[in-house]
Amino acid sequence: MGELIDKLIFTVIAAVILLVIALLHVAYLTYAERKIIARMQQRLGPNRVGPRGLLQPIADMLKLLTKEDIVPYGVDKPIFYIAPFISLVCAGTGVALIPLWEKFVLSNINVGLLFILALSSLSAYGVILSGWASNSRYAFLGGLRASAQVVSYEIAMSLALLSVVLMAGSLNLMDIVKAQINSPYKIYLIPQIIAFFVFIISAIAECNRVPFDLPEAETELVAGYFVEYSAMRFAIFYLAEYFGMVVMSALAVTCFLGGWIGPFEVPYIPFFWFLIKLYFILFVYIWVRATLPRYRYDQLMGLGWKVLIPVAIVNLFLTAFLKLIV
Amino acid sequence: MATYLEINKKQVNEEKWEEPFYLNMGPQHPSTHGVLRLFLELEGETIVNCTPIIGYLHRGVEKLGENLNYNQAIVLSDRLDYIASAANNTAFALAFEKLMGLEVPRRAKLLRTIVCEMARICNHLLWLATHALDIGAMTVFLYCFRDREWLLNIYEKICGARLTHTYVRVGGVRQDFTQEIIDELYKFTEEFPPRIYDYETLIDVNRIWLKRTKGIAVVPPEDAINLGLTGPCLRGSGIAYDVRKFRPYDAYGEVDFVVPTGKNGDTYDRYRVRMEELRQANSIIRQCLDKLPETEGEPVVAEDAPDLLMPERIKKPEPKPVPKKGVIFRGADVPVVPPGEAFAAIESPKGELSVYVVSDGSSKPWRLRVRTPSFVHISAIPYMTKNHMIADLIAIIGTLDIVLGDSDR
Repeated sequence: MGELIDKLIFTVIAAVILLVIALLHVAYLTYAERKIIARMQQRLGPNRVGPRGLLQPIADMLKLLTKEDIVPYGVDKPIFYIAPFISLVCAGTGVALIPLWEKFVLSNINVGLLFILALSSLSAYGVILSGWASNSRYAFLGGLRASAQVVSYEIAMSLALLSVVLMAGSLNLMDIVKAQINSPYKIYLIPQIIAFFVFIISAIAECNRVPFDLPEAETELVAGYFVEYSAMRFAIFYLAEYFGMVVMSALAVTCFLGGWIGPFEVPYIPFFWFLIKLYFILFVYIWVRATLPRYRYDQLMGLGWKVLIPVAIVNLFLTAFLKLIV
Repeated sequence: MATYLEINKKQVNEEKWEEPFYLNMGPQHPSTHGVLRLFLELEGETIVNCTPIIGYLHRGVEKLGENLNYNQAIVLSDRLDYIASAANNTAFALAFEKLMGLEVPRRAKLLRTIVCEMARICNHLLWLATHALDIGAMTVFLYCFRDREWLLNIYEKICGARLTHTYVRVGGVRQDFTQEIIDELYKFTEEFPPRIYDYETLIDVNRIWLKRTKGIAVVPPEDAINLGLTGPCLRGSGIAYDVRKFRPYDAYGEVDFVVPTGKNGDTYDRYRVRMEELRQANSIIRQCLDKLPETEGEPVVAEDAPDLLMPERIKKPEPKPVPKKGVIFRGADVPVVPPGEAFAAIESPKGELSVYVVSDGSSKPWRLRVRTPSFVHISAIPYMTKNHMIADLIAIIGTLDIVLGDSDR
């Protein structure tokens, strides 16, 4: 009994630490995004709150918390209230499954990869329901776009990850990282380069980021599915988006870039390689956002169904074939 | 136009599911470039019908102009197409000069040509910025604004205003360029062409950009003429019509430039035409600057140009001998401006901008009529959006390059 309580306390403390770290990452990801894009666009970015604008995310959060929460007339109230939390929970829970280090993973379950995929599929519900419940035509169109997009890109992403599973022989994320030690440079990037690109493209689409930000296409649908939301509920959608980015990047690091294992050991900082890789992929997200225009809805579907899914399937078969003969 | 209300009412009462999806886009929408309102009938994301509704920015510029004198009316023209106000000023001034029979000094003509082409560059930069932003490329937006800012600073040095500069006046321009401005403009014309190339490398080789613009909103040449398109939209369809070439005004007769045209008449071709026009405008500015020393010391306003404070009416004094006591002094009215009518058209950055003015001899125009390109271009939206998607609609609004101040007047 005592052991169980000890374990419970340990888990709770670890969860709180992880949550705080993840929230800080998400908050400062918004700051980093604004700063990096500002740099790419020859402007300054946030620089008023705190030194170099470092307190900007906190100021934003405080502002959004104290704003009035407006519920428009004619919305489906229960769904309207719940939708942002569905998004946030589904996007955020994934953090618990990512192995940050050999000895630090909150929940080391055998179907880790499957669980993360299931969560990311579920997060589409937040988008669809908010679009439906808002009683707004823009939000409705945004919700429809999101559902179609997430369903199509989920398939490509799962197929890409399936090749990794095939190579590692396990759905456990810890095992996948450990299995990569035998690959060149201790990463799966080289044997699974096709799957990696398919995964990254799908992950960008999954997080509704540029150039696949159709559900929230600012210039077409004003803001898409969360156009009717305000104050903290609005912020929660943003939080969910950035959580999604962090989780997807962490998944890419775990499955393709060898997790915490690096080319050489860095003493005293066990998370060093994991964080470096994570930041790099997050930087790619931001970089893409500053560079590319937006796809059109039908072109996006065409890319998903006609290019990514066939490529992922061929890659899956190739992997299976190679596994069979080697 | 009342149909959309009826449709809405009908939609509420009917309980059928196969009814079309109606979407009211605007007048407050981030990418309708102001207060354009579009009433869309959608099928999925495809547009079946599109009705543009304008008039949210109507200020009655024409009527206001009839209550102000000729020099004051030019100030109103700033507010038409506020992105390229120098071009509007020139159109008004040309019409009034034709009416009054003024001959503008050569130096003033060169200066006008320079500010008009600066306005063209400003306009096309802003167009590229917003067009790219509408399609989703965010970075181009700020790059374009950087260069536009430079031009606006030069404008500020020229006349003190950045956006609504009534620099062109009846009979010439307000004041001469200083050497500082000429140097700055030389520097600009040196550095600008490589930057156009930069923008092209940013978006022209981008596959998504090509996918979003090629084959979108194709307007064949005949249809472009029938729709009344002018400017880059017409030239994108392959018709090399440019007022600057066909009826040269100001100093356009003495400068060398090419009228770029497209082939397919799609959004991409119109984009290419505008990018080429940026280069041509740059070279026109350069040529005019080179010609400026020849006219050193000339006045910049015609000698017989009317005073800025035009009298309401001029009375011819009664001829001598002085009439007897008790007789009311009666003088015949002398026309301040010769009665008659005049028409002038210029190639504004957005298309053909023409001004028609009728005078009854007083210092105020009896009738002032402005034909603005944006108004005509908006009427082409229903034709161009047919069977396109919502995302294309945004690209189409961008490619037509409309300004609502221009359309609503």
